[in-house]
Amino acid sequence: MSVNEVVAGEPGGPAPAEAAARPPSSLGREALRRLVRNPMAVVGMVLIAVFVLVAVFAPLIAPYSPTDNSWLDQVRPGQYPGPSAEHWLGIDPLGRDVFSRIIYGARQSLLIGVVALALGAVAGIALGVLAGAFGGWVDTTVMRFVDIMLSVPGLLFAIAVAAMLGQSLTSVMIAIAVVNVPIFARLLRGEMLGQRGADYVLAARSLGISRSAIVFRHVLPNSFTPVIVQGTLTLALAIVEAAGLAFLGLSGSDPSAPEWGRMLTDAQDTLTSAPMLAIYPGLAIVLAALGFTLVGESLREALDPKFRR
Amino acid sequence: MLRFIVRRLLLLVPILLGLSVLLFAWVRALPGGPAQALLGERATPEAVAAIESQLGLDRPLWEQYLQFLGRAVRLDFGASLQTGQPVIDEMLRRFPATIELAVAALLIAVCVGIPLGYLAARRYGTWVDSLAVTGSLLGVTIPIFFLAYLLKYVFSVELGWLPTAGRADPRARAEHPTGFYVLDGIITGNLDASWDAIQHLILPAVALASIPLAVIVRITRASVLNVVNEDYVRTAEAKGLLPGTITRRHVLKNAMLPVTTVIGLQLGVLLAGAVLTETVFAFAGVGKFMADAIVQRDFPTIQGFILVIAVVYVVINMIVDLVYGLLDPRVRVS
Repeated sequence: MSVNEVVAGEPGGPAPAEAAARPPSSLGREALRRLVRNPMAVVGMVLIAVFVLVAVFAPLIAPYSPTDNSWLDQVRPGQYPGPSAEHWLGIDPLGRDVFSRIIYGARQSLLIGVVALALGAVAGIALGVLAGAFGGWVDTTVMRFVDIMLSVPGLLFAIAVAAMLGQSLTSVMIAIAVVNVPIFARLLRGEMLGQRGADYVLAARSLGISRSAIVFRHVLPNSFTPVIVQGTLTLALAIVEAAGLAFLGLSGSDPSAPEWGRMLTDAQDTLTSAPMLAIYPGLAIVLAALGFTLVGESLREALDPKFRR
Repeated sequence: MLRFIVRRLLLLVPILLGLSVLLFAWVRALPGGPAQALLGERATPEAVAAIESQLGLDRPLWEQYLQFLGRAVRLDFGASLQTGQPVIDEMLRRFPATIELAVAALLIAVCVGIPLGYLAARRYGTWVDSLAVTGSLLGVTIPIFFLAYLLKYVFSVELGWLPTAGRADPRARAEHPTGFYVLDGIITGNLDASWDAIQHLILPAVALASIPLAVIVRITRASVLNVVNEDYVRTAEAKGLLPGTITRRHVLKNAMLPVTTVIGLQLGVLLAGAVLTETVFAFAGVGKFMADAIVQRDFPTIQGFILVIAVVYVVINMIVDLVYGLLDPRVRVS
């Protein structure tokens, strides 16, 4: 079970039955209105915007190539040039510009987060729909499978999958995605079960609408709110988990690739002489993850009818 | 009550069996095949042939699975590729260190988390509340090993208050009958050794506690907020009960139920997180052994660690479920 999932189970989570009773546009608009009024959400959105912009425009922002080690001659063992006009965050032990590496690292983190989320969410949603729509033995089988997957602590599960797939960026993304599959499956299935008894389902059924149409056009869209919240939180967790896997030597096979987790790991060797080499990538990870967490938590509150004032 | 306990115990069986199938599939999917992976660099053709016959790789799949299950039940995971010793012996030797660390981290998380969460709920909407919420969000977004670096840099390297690594001062002479260093000091009457062990525990325990602390603060806060709005609290207030009595008997007692569950669940997070924390502080527990195993592709150890931790996690969850049933009669009925 992941941290964020525990938080997702907190009392005060969205009550979609009530939410669904209102016209969706007004819920969306009101949620947005409450979101922009919440300073936590605004800070989160700014952090995410900066993170995404930096990732997308990395080649324009970074002054040098992240793998360019032309400044190796300025590095002495135990002495690494600190911030200067040419190198805003200094030079790392391999003679590369730290600022450029941090900027390019945003790409890697965003890529890992988005791909892991997409894979995990799609597979989890598919399982959740299967269980929630069919019920009966399909539900029991899928949920037992989910229980088994959740019986291994998340980080350990990711380690096992990544170790099995070998050292590559793809295996890191798959490992993080796999951990999220049971979380999404259980969440969506629970929501769908809650929606099944709603009046609008009864109404649709009495109108003779087919089962698949009820599931896909009515129940599923109405069950999606917590999935969106969980998705935002998953992006944060993916970035942090990717760093953990990098620390254990399970990241991509190219050691020169600019990756926050790996930079943080490498900085362990120079912690006494150059602590800033650990602090820059560490802060980058915390700020990016914090952005998604703040927005996810605020979104949960904004979409929760209980918090309407 | 007995029926409730038996039912919960029976629920363990399919989970554990499912887990064993998953792990069996994992071993078979390892790079280079199971024999190659389990032998590592020692994979001579003869050794591969020997382990293949030992694993029964020429037998039908179900027979292989039964063999695997039989060995798993006997905790026989083969020899560690790092030391050549049986994995289970290596793990047993290091378990006390990790348990000591996990318990210390959980103590910090509970002793700080519950009062902080309670205070945040009682001061809802004030700066105390905002601080607690922001802090707990930071707690889940900061990578454990980054926090461990920071603590180590500030408190060991810069201030020199606490040791940088290990479980005990290597120069100190101490006996370790149980392997729990703090306890050992007390048993052998060597309180200096206990104090030394505690000093070595503080930083890794604080780093490891960050996630459970954050989660406990949030759950306690949410739970207390839910309970203080209940009718029975209003009734108690209307009856004129003293605020202290209401807090103790009505608010805390009911608000603690979800917190208990979360504390149990966090033990799994702690055991997994120990892999990262122990590595930063060179703390000789199972977590460090596992981290080394990952780097060295020591698959027998990885396999044993995953199975043992998963079983511990499942069993703890079941105990939490049972305790919950004891505390809250409503759970037993449903």
